[in-house]
Amino acid sequence: MSARKTLATTARVLAQLRHDPRTIGLILFVPPILLTILKYAFQAEPQVFNHLAPMILGVFPLTIMFIVTSIATLRERTTGTLDRLMTMPISKFDFVLGYALAFSLLAFLQACLVSLVTLGLLGVTVLGGTAPVLLCAVLAAFLGTNLGLFVSAFARTEFQAVQFMPALIFPQLLVCGLFVARESMARPLQWFADVMPLTYSVDALKQVTLHSSWSGTLTRDVGVVLGFAIVALILGSITIRRQE
Amino acid sequence: MDCIICPMSAAIEIKNLSVTLDGDKILRDISVDLPEGHIIGLLGPSGAGKTTLIRALVGRQHITSGSARVFGQPVGSPTLRHQIGYMTQSVSIYPDLTVRENARYFATMTGQSRQAADKLIKTVELDDYAHQLVGKLSGGQKSRVSLAVALLGSPKVLMLDEPTVGVDPVLRQQLWEIFGRLAEQGTTLLITSHVMDEASRCQDLLLIRDGRLLAYDTPDGLRAKTGTKTVEESFIKLVGEQS
Repeated sequence: MSARKTLATTARVLAQLRHDPRTIGLILFVPPILLTILKYAFQAEPQVFNHLAPMILGVFPLTIMFIVTSIATLRERTTGTLDRLMTMPISKFDFVLGYALAFSLLAFLQACLVSLVTLGLLGVTVLGGTAPVLLCAVLAAFLGTNLGLFVSAFARTEFQAVQFMPALIFPQLLVCGLFVARESMARPLQWFADVMPLTYSVDALKQVTLHSSWSGTLTRDVGVVLGFAIVALILGSITIRRQE
Repeated sequence: MDCIICPMSAAIEIKNLSVTLDGDKILRDISVDLPEGHIIGLLGPSGAGKTTLIRALVGRQHITSGSARVFGQPVGSPTLRHQIGYMTQSVSIYPDLTVRENARYFATMTGQSRQAADKLIKTVELDDYAHQLVGKLSGGQKSRVSLAVALLGSPKVLMLDEPTVGVDPVLRQQLWEIFGRLAEQGTTLLITSHVMDEASRCQDLLLIRDGRLLAYDTPDGLRAKTGTKTVEESFIKLVGEQS
């Protein structure tokens, strides 16, 4: 592995995005707009919005980075650039980590903007403070990026790749505790929620909202999300093969 | 042939190479030694197995049976990643980056300097387009960027998969001049083409069809052996003899 080659890959992915300002605009501005809509949708029940908004801050970076990365890496696989890179003296980790860093940086900017809007303009209060919110959001993005890298191996076309979002992320979204309390769900769904990463990502932000100090549960949540992210990164690099 | 007298001069040694993909035999029992510093044309109709053979030699394609070595190293070994330049059939550069950004990124990945990248942009005569997005270039310009990337690090062996496809005659002439200069400097070039008239520009020819090696000879040798005027006629005659 080489830090130089990893960072060059990060810089390259960011340069590609720089040439595509519309994508950057969509990534940065869609989440604050959606949260603004949500605020006024819950006009009659502001306490519900205050409860939901921080948790949603963990959902955006994960889903958006998941889609963006799965399409981007699928393109590398289908256009031949990955083919070429794999004949060059680089480690597979230079490639996957380079990607993960680039999209995590973008996600950090996204998280900063959406948190600023949510906590500032939309008046949502979190007891834990802004920094832990940002940390959780970036971790969620890191997880989404790595999951996207991994699942792109199972898509042959971009049509298939985008379908992985509803197929793999929506079920997690339904049971993660955002719509209903997990305790009140059917038992098998609780088991399912217990082994899905989004549950912990959302729960982490719930902890930050409710507690002014760093709780043990928050440590667990952050650890689980990071663990899932690292496993996905390793699996992602395994799906990239030197030889076919 | 050189390689029989002095086996060390073979850049690429292929022994009983077979590749089976999803039950289809793409390459069947190919054995040939290719000399260093030559331009070797790999010719055959589409579907003959040219791309699979190139992919096997760069280490991207798993070999079902037999073996292939480049400079004595089994294909796919990490040391060869510094010695082989590979140009895939698809353009395999980033359309949403400029020519220079592409060249510099791949330069870093092959351990080369930014200057080396800029120099190669000159070599393929794209310095006027260095700041253009690759996606906006013409097909011929794109393949020149792709060639520049394959040339990074002055590899001792170049595997070029259809480098002249969709390229206008003037540019094609320029590309063959570049290939000629590289061979003079000692680079071994294995170039696939389905255009038989490019054969005369090669020192050696490998003709393949249905995954089998039909012939390995010089263009003159091939014409003499088959009593034909062109490589294309030789090819047709050889196919006739085989069936």
